Amino acid sequence: MAGSTPASSSAEVGAYGAAQPVISPWKDAWRRFRKHRLAVASLFVLLLIILAVLFGSYIWRVPINEIDFTARLAPPSREHPFGTDDLGQDLFARMLYGGRISLAVGLAAMSVAMVLGVLVGSVAGMAQGWVSSALMWLTDLFLSLPQLPLLLLVIYLFRDSLKAIFGLEAGIFIMVVIVIGGLRWMPVARLVRAQFLSLREKEFVEAARALGASKLRQVLRHILPNAMGPVIVAATIDVAAAIIAESTLSFLGLGFPPDIPTWGRLLFDAKDYLDFAPHFALFPGVAIFLTVLAINFIGDGLRDALDPRRVI
Amino acid sequence: MTETIVKPAGAATAVVATQKPLLKVDKLAKRFSVRGGILRREVEQVHAVDGVSFEIAPGETLGLVGESGCGKSTTGRCILRLIEPTSGTVSFEGRDVTRLDRYVEKSLCRDMQIIFQDPFASLNPRMTVAAIIGEALKIHGLAKSKAARDARVVDLLETVGLKADHLRRYPHEFSGGQRQRQRIGIARALAVEPKLIICDEPVSALDVSIQAQVINLLEDLQEKFNLTYLFIAHDLSVVEHISNRVAVMYLGRVVEIAEASQLYANPRHPYTEALLSAVPIPDPKVKRQRIVLKGDVPNPLNPPKGCHFHTRCPIRKDPICSTERPELKPDANGHWVACHLR
Repeated sequence: MAGSTPASSSAEVGAYGAAQPVISPWKDAWRRFRKHRLAVASLFVLLLIILAVLFGSYIWRVPINEIDFTARLAPPSREHPFGTDDLGQDLFARMLYGGRISLAVGLAAMSVAMVLGVLVGSVAGMAQGWVSSALMWLTDLFLSLPQLPLLLLVIYLFRDSLKAIFGLEAGIFIMVVIVIGGLRWMPVARLVRAQFLSLREKEFVEAARALGASKLRQVLRHILPNAMGPVIVAATIDVAAAIIAESTLSFLGLGFPPDIPTWGRLLFDAKDYLDFAPHFALFPGVAIFLTVLAINFIGDGLRDALDPRRVI
Repeated sequence: MTETIVKPAGAATAVVATQKPLLKVDKLAKRFSVRGGILRREVEQVHAVDGVSFEIAPGETLGLVGESGCGKSTTGRCILRLIEPTSGTVSFEGRDVTRLDRYVEKSLCRDMQIIFQDPFASLNPRMTVAAIIGEALKIHGLAKSKAARDARVVDLLETVGLKADHLRRYPHEFSGGQRQRQRIGIARALAVEPKLIICDEPVSALDVSIQAQVINLLEDLQEKFNLTYLFIAHDLSVVEHISNRVAVMYLGRVVEIAEASQLYANPRHPYTEALLSAVPIPDPKVKRQRIVLKGDVPNPLNPPKGCHFHTRCPIRKDPICSTERPELKPDANGHWVACHLR
């Protein structure tokens, strides 16, 4: 893979650009990304985890709720590669199943945070005067809220009504996603606003303005595409943070019900058996750790890849 | 080209007496507020442009020179309303552009365009050349289909000396020390068929060898499309070459306007004299007298009273120079100068 990349830096591409085939910024970014070995390895690991949680249960056909007290808290063996839990259920099967929810919560909460953050940040970055100030006050307000007590409060208040509307699993999923995403958009909003404040004074935006481009066009065509680099990086970090937040909720017993084995829930169940069945806590812990680490490294690689001034 | 701007002797009442001006700038001022404190109250004002007046005739090139920070670029941007002027008027073909509503303003974007100093910063790195130039056509509905738009863009590229196969390239893929990129900026400005182009230091960021090419291109385009230029620069020899008339700015004010040949041969304002004496002469045998000004340009936050130049003027006479603002007055040859003593 690395052998096929051109040896020249981007500066040289500029100098000999006339003779070279067209490279779009996205292809160029991919070329830079591939040079970040840790990020490429992390991408591989993450893809493996995603494939495993998506399709693993079709291959590893052990039911997740088959209780077998004779094999209670058994260490890893051939029948149970990750061992069993306190009810003798196969941990590997449960993790494959629960991983879907953990990853889905991470991605969905990240999307909520991104949409909210980009929206608030863009409006605050383009508007002048009191609109901008008011939005930043709102952001600061949300930043200063004590998150965990608020989470608990929101969950106690809305759990039952959401359950009634969307059903047990979907209701809790929506609530957890909204609660986590709704409390993680502020750094994104600040980031986007800062980007906007600097980009909107750039000459190419001024040129668009001189051509009579509307505000919306300036934002969508000129400012936002150039502001996305740091936002994408923030997004990857947010996926990791959301997975951890879901684990926290599950660990406190406030997320999904006990029969849905998200990784955080597994950790919660394992905490009483740390002494004589460490594998019970270790495997879900390592899964969260690996996923978060991989996503953070990918974020690192993306940050480098999306900065055109950086020559790797 | 020069025929169009020859003015009869004794044209003292107007800078351009023979023709209706295309652009008339009258007492244009821009003050930037410096806010401080908790209440964001205005604590100081930067006087970037302080009562600038001039006219440009159709087909003419007016050079606007002055050192960094004297308000040249701000003046240009105020004319386009990229910056809202604090006071004063800008009339284009008799219409006051500072009081137009949004809709008319958009149509005005077709009449006035701008070329920027830094060709790299003024091109969106995430757009192809076709998209950058085509955007102007899209905004104003100047091409019916994508094919028609591309055809027009190719047309424009060829007009500025680029090739059709540059269409799908990104700005960073262009070679040759900014020259080709500056051509893209010029093509973008031409796309809407403007009458006036504000050239904001279009060659200052370029290598000297490339400056001439871009200057020649601008001159060719002026002839071909009957363009009018406001040419902002700090390089006096470039301005002398391209301009019919030249205005000299110092600390937000125009201190002298005259025909280029007159101004360079016979500067009347002491600041212009000092500026011209600093132009390098490419002949080591020529001896010349340098007028070296003392001190720095005063802070525009707190410009000196009276004549802005009096703090550094070699011929100042108190008390008039330090108390009264000199008006820009013409002499018999249409040579305008703002000095109490000249």
